[in-house]
Amino acid sequence: MLDFLRTRLAQGSQTLDFPSDHVAFPERFRGRPVIRSGAAGVAELDLGACLFSPEEAAYDHQYGLASRTRAGLVMRGGTMNPATALDDQMRRLLGRSLRLRSVSAGSCNGCEGEMVALGNVVFDLARFGVQFVASPRHADGIVITGSVNDNMRDALERTYAAVSDPRIVIAVGACAASGGPFRDSAVAGRGVPPSIPVDLWIAGCPPHPLTILDGLLRLLGRIADGERRPPEAGV
Amino acid sequence: MSTPETSPGKSFVRLGNRRTARLDALPQHGIDVLRAALRGAVNDGWRIVTLFGTPESDSALRIVAIVADDERGQLGAATARVGERYPAIAAECPQAALFECEMAEQCGVVPEGHPSLRSLRRHAPDHRPAAWSPTSPPLDDTLPRTPFRGDEVHEVAVGPVHAGIIEPGHFRFQAHGEEVLSLDISLGYQHRGVESLLETLDGPRAVYVAESIVGDTVIAHANAYCGALEALSRCHKSARAQNIRGIALELERLANHVGDLGAMSGDVAYQPAAAYFGRLRGECLNMLMTISGNRYGRGLVRPGGVAFDITPEMADELRRRTTRLEAELRPVADLFFGAASVQSRLEGVGVVKHDACIEHGFVGPVARAAEVHRDVRHDHPYGVYRYAQIPVATAWAGDVYARALIRWVEIRRSLEFVAEQLATLPRGEVRVPCGAFAAGELVVAIEEGWRGEVVHAVLTDDHGKVRRHKVTDPSFRNWPALAMAMPGNQISDFPLCNKSFNLSYAGHDL
Repeated sequence: MLDFLRTRLAQGSQTLDFPSDHVAFPERFRGRPVIRSGAAGVAELDLGACLFSPEEAAYDHQYGLASRTRAGLVMRGGTMNPATALDDQMRRLLGRSLRLRSVSAGSCNGCEGEMVALGNVVFDLARFGVQFVASPRHADGIVITGSVNDNMRDALERTYAAVSDPRIVIAVGACAASGGPFRDSAVAGRGVPPSIPVDLWIAGCPPHPLTILDGLLRLLGRIADGERRPPEAGV
Repeated sequence: MSTPETSPGKSFVRLGNRRTARLDALPQHGIDVLRAALRGAVNDGWRIVTLFGTPESDSALRIVAIVADDERGQLGAATARVGERYPAIAAECPQAALFECEMAEQCGVVPEGHPSLRSLRRHAPDHRPAAWSPTSPPLDDTLPRTPFRGDEVHEVAVGPVHAGIIEPGHFRFQAHGEEVLSLDISLGYQHRGVESLLETLDGPRAVYVAESIVGDTVIAHANAYCGALEALSRCHKSARAQNIRGIALELERLANHVGDLGAMSGDVAYQPAAAYFGRLRGECLNMLMTISGNRYGRGLVRPGGVAFDITPEMADELRRRTTRLEAELRPVADLFFGAASVQSRLEGVGVVKHDACIEHGFVGPVARAAEVHRDVRHDHPYGVYRYAQIPVATAWAGDVYARALIRWVEIRRSLEFVAEQLATLPRGEVRVPCGAFAAGELVVAIEEGWRGEVVHAVLTDDHGKVRRHKVTDPSFRNWPALAMAMPGNQISDFPLCNKSFNLSYAGHDL
């Protein structure tokens, strides 16, 4: 018991005071791509197809990469419009809780790893009223990860159908938005099909837990401002 | 290039880890000779590393078998040419069973007399000789496989969509009361056609796929992928790049092992350790992010070396963080392993026997927990592991407790390794150009990922293009171990048992 208390004291409180805490990423962290518009016109970059690799672009530390529409993930001239909140009626219906069912459909398990990390004491997703539940019947919506490959399309559609209306759909990661690294495959799919309307798209490969958290809180109207100041470099 | 010295017998050409062999120097047997050779090799203590098919002509398939003698650090290769049907190797050699199912599904070939032929991934053949009949082989794809009958036997079906944040797969239990009689595991839901992509894409697009085969094993797969390509292009990467790859591989092992201990704590409802381990997993990922800009190390490993150097300041900082990590982990592990209530939940649960590991060729912590001394870093050393040896951690009980203990021992050894390597990084460039591939060659790159042996085998054609890229993830080898471990245990212990293996669905399904 003494050991337990000693360890508890040593570990301390590690929870990030998000969204008010100042978040510092390591220097090489790849957040939002930096695009410079040339004389030829306004440059475009689709965050939904971006794998955030060192070869594709230079990046800053802005980690907000969520949009309410698929088209909204396309950056024009170096800016993007952050995700807006659900309408008042939907937010009233949800109250202070959002219960989600996770459907992994043709992924590598990277996005799922970051969604699991959201539950740890640092990010502590549950304090915002967001929980992952064990049945679509208990859920207000689903989170889709993966490219929606041939072998999971049916199971995804059935899970979606099992959630009662009104329901929310959140697509997490490059695979769900575009097929990600598997977009050239004959069997992997190109992301969430049009038959499943998506309320929130979160870019990244995989998105940092704070990128997912930022998107969720914007959807719930907990972060209302437009562009947030970019976090400073550091560790 | 290795000299075509043969062993055992004259059936296999001797290979090394990441050493190429000319395809025309490989013995091309009839299937009966290959069958006998594999049976003989396995009886002599060799094991099958991978076994796959590649179209040889419009009407013939070439079966390639790679075997390993871990004690002597040798790899061997042999091939056989077959038509649309051939007598199954698995009839005499259980280690070949899953590989032959995979080959039947990928190549449309029929291994006659196979004891357990079934579809693994439910997809149309994508490596079938062009002139073969386009009808799929008669793969048993009927669900579920339930051997027990009786009024009191009940079934529990789980998945493919799981009650958590978990990849898709279908589990079918047969149980009597709480006691599990049998577990049948159906996978394939994550199939994305990875091998075909690696055979058709090149440049960075192919590396992105290699990094995405298994999202929590980015470094091990990228290391093996690049290791194979570098051997084919005779690219000599610097010692510094090899050390950075080793550091990244051990950080990946740390993150996952620490996370697994946390998940096991959670599944026995020991919340303090679950919370602390869960956070410390993040610390390991953040160290990878400091080096590579991504928490899983994406973007770091590239053909010819690594894309990011570790600066002296960064090395100092990472060493400080390694020291702090160790200081924070130790008391949590003491809590976890010291609690009687934890021990009683872990001991004797989910046993995988030593003999089963040998017979079926299980790898990684699953095998080491049953006293199988099998670790690529030690047996087939490459890169930094030729100079900095990490002792092989083993336990004997083969239960959940032993698998947890292996992880804790490996965590401490990886921490030591990372601290040591950070202090002694050799000088040099971190990346050199990686040119065209040699034509008509075979290379096998194996790497000890945190789950066990990751295999990338590549064949090039006469023009130096990739003809076949075979990937074998340790999960492919180890899923049957989970099914074997469950009978006799309680259904309610399945989550705990499953976490102690923590196998990848994506790695199996490709």
